[in-house]
Amino acid sequence: MSEHVASKSLYYTIFAALMALTAMTVGVTYVDLGNANLIVAMGIAVTKATLVVLYFMHVRWSEKLVQMTVLTALAFLMILFAFTLSDYFGRGVLGVAGR
Amino acid sequence: MPNGHASAPHHPALQHHFDTLEQQKSSSTFGMWVFLVTEVMFFGGMFLAYVLYRTWYPDAWVAASHHLDVTLGAFNTAVLIASSLTMALAVHAAQVGKKNGQVIFLILTMALGALFLGVKVVEYSDKFTHNLVPGPSFEFDAPYTRAAQIFFSVYFAMTGMHALHMIIGEGIMLYLLVRAMKGHFTAQYYTPVEIGGLYWHFVDIVWIFLFPLLYLVGHH
Repeated sequence: MSEHVASKSLYYTIFAALMALTAMTVGVTYVDLGNANLIVAMGIAVTKATLVVLYFMHVRWSEKLVQMTVLTALAFLMILFAFTLSDYFGRGVLGVAGR
Repeated sequence: MPNGHASAPHHPALQHHFDTLEQQKSSSTFGMWVFLVTEVMFFGGMFLAYVLYRTWYPDAWVAASHHLDVTLGAFNTAVLIASSLTMALAVHAAQVGKKNGQVIFLILTMALGALFLGVKVVEYSDKFTHNLVPGPSFEFDAPYTRAAQIFFSVYFAMTGMHALHMIIGEGIMLYLLVRAMKGHFTAQYYTPVEIGGLYWHFVDIVWIFLFPLLYLVGHH
């Protein structure tokens, strides 16, 4: 069940991918992409985090309960961000003081 | 009872309120993940503060970020990723019941963690000598003096909490190392190594986001 033992070579491959992505995220800052710089940087960071969670943290082979728990963390993080940002960035939209 | 736990001898690490080692490991792993969910929300609040201030002061964010050393930041990112590899290999060594592998890879993980913290000390002391620590002695070119102070407040809050997690992680690694040297962990029972590893990898993930958000703002 949770006794899946991944091969060492898989860990080395993930490590190489994480290092390559780190080099990529540094390299891309020397290219002016305007606002897309941030999107690219975050895309790379999310990819790296996903690799760590799935392979180093074994979530790919974990029980469904653990996989759901990871998704729960993401869901609540999205709620925190979506509701707070919609408040801050939605202020003044109505053109009424205090709304 | 089909399990017959009254008569059958069981593994010394199996606590009385669990039926099997596997059930015990599932519970511990789930418990660690629930804790990590709270950690995601804890750091999430600081990331949210970061997003709001960056949106309000985009130009100051770029100017202040350029005072951070990208080389040191990138080096530390590589160090932490390497420590995650050695952590994963320590868990692997435990899974296949190799005591020497556990000890070697736990020591390597601790050494890489210490290297990360050492670089952080160099960076922090550099901020003190250049008056970039928020407070009465803070100095930054106009017109970004105030907003840059907010950037460095966020910088110290986030990297400081991350560094505190690293220090706690070093303590956990030391605990695991002592038990690994005593031969406590086998292919049948290595739950502490597994969930200690989960914590270590989580701290690595936080840094994976901190590095581009703090060091790589705007283009260079």
